[in-house]
Amino acid sequence: MSKYLFYPGCSMQRSARPYLDSLLAIQDDMAMELEEVQDWNCCGATEYAAVQQMGSYALISRNLALAAQQVNGTRDVMAACSACYLNLAKTDRYLRQDPALAADINTALGAGGLHYDPGTVSVRHLLEVVFNDVGLESIHNKVVRPLKGLRVAPYYGCMVVRPDPDNRFRNPEYPMSLDEIMETIGAQVIDFPEKAHCCSGHMTQISPEVAYELIRRLIHAATDAGADMMVTLCPMCQLNLDAYQSEVNKHFGTDYHMPVLYFTQLMGLAFGHDPVELGLGKEFISSREVLAKIGVDVPEVEEKPTPARRKKDDPSLPMPSMPKRRTSKVDEENT
Amino acid sequence: MSTVTAHTPEAPPLSFLDRVAQATPGPTRLDMCIQCGTCGGSCPSGPDMDHTPRQIFAMIRAGMEEEVLASNTPWYCVSCYYCMVRCPQEVHITDIMYTLKSMAVEAGLYGDMTGADLSQTFVSMVENYGRSFEFGLATRHYLKHQPLKAVVRAQMGFGLLTKGRLDLTPHKIDNMDQLNAILDKAKELEVSA
Amino acid sequence: MSTPIDNQDTGKERIGVYVCHCGSNIAATVNVEDVAVWAQDELGDEGVVVSRDYKFMCSSLGQELIERDIEQKDLTRVVVAACSPHLHEQTFRSACGRAGLNPYLCELVSIREQVSWVHTDREMATEKAKAVVAGGVERVIENEPLEPLHVPIHEATLVVGGGIAGIQAAIEIADAGHQVYMVEREASIGGHMAQFDKTFPTLDCAACILTPKMVTAGMHPNIKLMTWSEVERVEGYVGNFTVTIRQKPRYVDTDLCTGCGICWEKCPKKIVDEVFEAGLGYRKAVYTPFAQAVPKYPVIDTENCIYFQNGKCRACEKLCPTNAIDFSQEEQFTTITVGNIILATGYDLFDARRIPQYGYGRLANVFTSIEFERMCNAAGPTNGEIVLRDGVTHPQSVGIIHCVGSRDRNYNNYCSVICCMSSLKFAHLVKERTGAQVYNFYIDMRTAFKDYDEFYQRVLEEGTLFVRGRVAEVSDAARLPGEEGKLIIQAEDTLVGKQRRIPVDMVILATGLEPRKDAKDVAHKFGISCSANGWFTEKHPKLDPVATMTEGIFIAGAVQGPKDIPR
Repeated sequence: MSKYLFYPGCSMQRSARPYLDSLLAIQDDMAMELEEVQDWNCCGATEYAAVQQMGSYALISRNLALAAQQVNGTRDVMAACSACYLNLAKTDRYLRQDPALAADINTALGAGGLHYDPGTVSVRHLLEVVFNDVGLESIHNKVVRPLKGLRVAPYYGCMVVRPDPDNRFRNPEYPMSLDEIMETIGAQVIDFPEKAHCCSGHMTQISPEVAYELIRRLIHAATDAGADMMVTLCPMCQLNLDAYQSEVNKHFGTDYHMPVLYFTQLMGLAFGHDPVELGLGKEFISSREVLAKIGVDVPEVEEKPTPARRKKDDPSLPMPSMPKRRTSKVDEENT
Repeated sequence: MSTVTAHTPEAPPLSFLDRVAQATPGPTRLDMCIQCGTCGGSCPSGPDMDHTPRQIFAMIRAGMEEEVLASNTPWYCVSCYYCMVRCPQEVHITDIMYTLKSMAVEAGLYGDMTGADLSQTFVSMVENYGRSFEFGLATRHYLKHQPLKAVVRAQMGFGLLTKGRLDLTPHKIDNMDQLNAILDKAKELEVSA
Repeated sequence: MSTPIDNQDTGKERIGVYVCHCGSNIAATVNVEDVAVWAQDELGDEGVVVSRDYKFMCSSLGQELIERDIEQKDLTRVVVAACSPHLHEQTFRSACGRAGLNPYLCELVSIREQVSWVHTDREMATEKAKAVVAGGVERVIENEPLEPLHVPIHEATLVVGGGIAGIQAAIEIADAGHQVYMVEREASIGGHMAQFDKTFPTLDCAACILTPKMVTAGMHPNIKLMTWSEVERVEGYVGNFTVTIRQKPRYVDTDLCTGCGICWEKCPKKIVDEVFEAGLGYRKAVYTPFAQAVPKYPVIDTENCIYFQNGKCRACEKLCPTNAIDFSQEEQFTTITVGNIILATGYDLFDARRIPQYGYGRLANVFTSIEFERMCNAAGPTNGEIVLRDGVTHPQSVGIIHCVGSRDRNYNNYCSVICCMSSLKFAHLVKERTGAQVYNFYIDMRTAFKDYDEFYQRVLEEGTLFVRGRVAEVSDAARLPGEEGKLIIQAEDTLVGKQRRIPVDMVILATGLEPRKDAKDVAHKFGISCSANGWFTEKHPKLDPVATMTEGIFIAGAVQGPKDIPR
């Protein structure tokens, strides 16, 4: 068992729930023990630094300081979200490089009774841990259902491979580790030219037209290369490519249907886990059809909204119940 | 030992270039730019920017503060870091873009505040809860900026919700007081920097 | 210690100290007046009787100052604090000699290279200069008068490397009547130039210039060629170097071989030629690198020879009309004695695979400059036809990317000098032979020598389009109509200020020059220094550009840094 201090990040608990579920499902197979960093806070994504630089480093450093308190048998802090990973790794790097910045940040942390010595923890991304610590051989040994015949486009996105502040990935342009993991679990890996291009990040929120074009490029390239699905390692990438795909189709008059799954989900399938346990079926662009090709049956997810938790002192009255919403397909047929 | 007795004039006010460098943690290497265009060629949203990153750097050197801070360029940066790893002069381009955003927020010169407001909304959420939650972010942001598109977004939010991928309520961290004390202190330091 | 020249009254040496300003080179950082006064005041006990500073000590007036003091003040020792001894030690020793002092009783200490040029704090630099002067004074007291010795020297020269630079050097020395040994690692001399088709800016054929010189070198009575050989060991000093040369077995008896070519015609093993053909063509397991090879004798590549690998075949042995194949040959070591050594070991090309975003090795129709040179060569793999990797299709549009691996801190931070001109040459050749549309992507056009800019003008007239922008990436992922099946070059056209995507059929990467992979080992073997990049360092870029810090060892050609053929 290798132990890691786990920094889940906000998305893993929400839109990237299937990523978290599938990771937790396969952690034993990979002999990984995850200990959550206690009371971690948001890393600030790509937004906090746009408002305040010092604040952004302080925000991130609180996580580093909290993780440092938990160092016991391991100093590896692992994140699965690309932006979380980069924010933590880059901050630790800059604090190591710039003693003046480190002093300022420790002044800020001091106001909360915390302190962080730069370099105390070692920030790593799940992909690199799986590739280097778990290793292809152990992965191979766990495969009971090779994903034969499944054509996957490995998609890395940006922030895991660039700027690579600790030189862990060493190939910012054409990384191969995810390719090799996918090959090891039996998938047919396509040479995906846009594997490290941008998913549009936060542009969906700022200028959807710009974002749609970036998303289209990736889906177009994967479709062109004959991929059955794209496989990713970042919540933001998955959300943009999956949730906005129908918007992209509408915007450009295209009809792409490119499922986008997390690499942990595919590893889980290869390791013989149940599709539901791996969060399969929660994606917008359904992977049912392509997974059926290799004999995996993904059950339909019940489309039932989870009711909002009601606050104790909420005086509002309940809303009247509404008839079940029809699927968009039926809508189209009726018009 | 003889001393230098030459008249030392009062230090001139810092140039825009100097201030951008000063406001960026770590080195910027902005003075090393050779205007080769690798950044502008690499940028995924380059075609939609008012000025390519390369032009922005030339404008910073030329002291064109208002034009730079009014440009959409930093706001269209997607933090993909292609420019930074490809730059032959190792200019810290993405870091500089973050600096320009915060300077633009302060100067209030950029007309379309969609990007700035997104960041502000995000920051206030973090300052209230310690964590972000997409639903709150998306609705608050969209209702303000693109009410028509908020409908689209609402549908997507509904999709995420039905698939169990979205919560309507934020998780709050336990030690909110500690986080706020740290952030308040950091803000003081930011002002004095 | 012996004091061969009597001190007048104290029994101590009478020492003069001379501190040079070197214009502002030293004086801007070191308070030279202060150093001079301090030496006079504080080093009296050591024997300093006079100490002066002067604007340019190496000028005739400065030298006369020292000479006058030696004569008038009966100096027995001189310390000059100025530049590095490499520059002016001889100057000041000669001056002392003229004044009747044994030249070896003069010491030059460096307060320029080791003080003023490497420090910024004036006060601390001045203190360091004083320490350096004090050290010089202590040392000069111990000096003994010496007389130069005359020893016989060998006049033969060893030239290491048989490219154009080595060949030219060898021929000039041999023509002057001196013996030359030329050691070449490959099976033939000729180097990179033998791979080219045309040379800029005149567009004359490379072979027409090079092959006659190769033949001259091969036949010259004063030149002994040692190909398929490497220098193993170097001992001795200027005038008397003993060099051990390791000759790899050719498995061909050169006394019997006539170079008829039957062996390589009949050899059943065909492999990709990664060296001469740059991976674009084939050769046999027994081969000469190219038709005009000098010497004409082939070599057997044991790693690919069927006999050496499996013990069977021997086709070449059976079919050789003169029985020249000899599988029993072994390495031979030869020792030669030479007076001088010239290193002309040349350069390697940057490996374009290191820049994945340009797609070399992944995208079939991305070529390197050396591949393109072979393609253009009439004797090359395509007989001079410019075609895509499929071997038949002529490109209709070609993009040429400058500065690949050069002027880039991620790879090599220097300019490779030759690429602008060779890229212009490529543009011309593509236009001439295919009529394709050509785009050249550049950061700065560097056409600084005679007739170079005229060549640029000519290529402009021919209709090549120039885009000022360093290419960001080359992709096969089509995004827009018209891009399908093409290579898309994405760059900022910096003169327009817009990102452009230009679809082309073929991309040529103008790869930069690098020091040889083993340059540092070679430098160590010959006892010379190289820069951090790995280029060999000359003694002085202006005063002594082909000598090295080690007497008797010289450098020629691109081993010193990127250079084109005219240079």
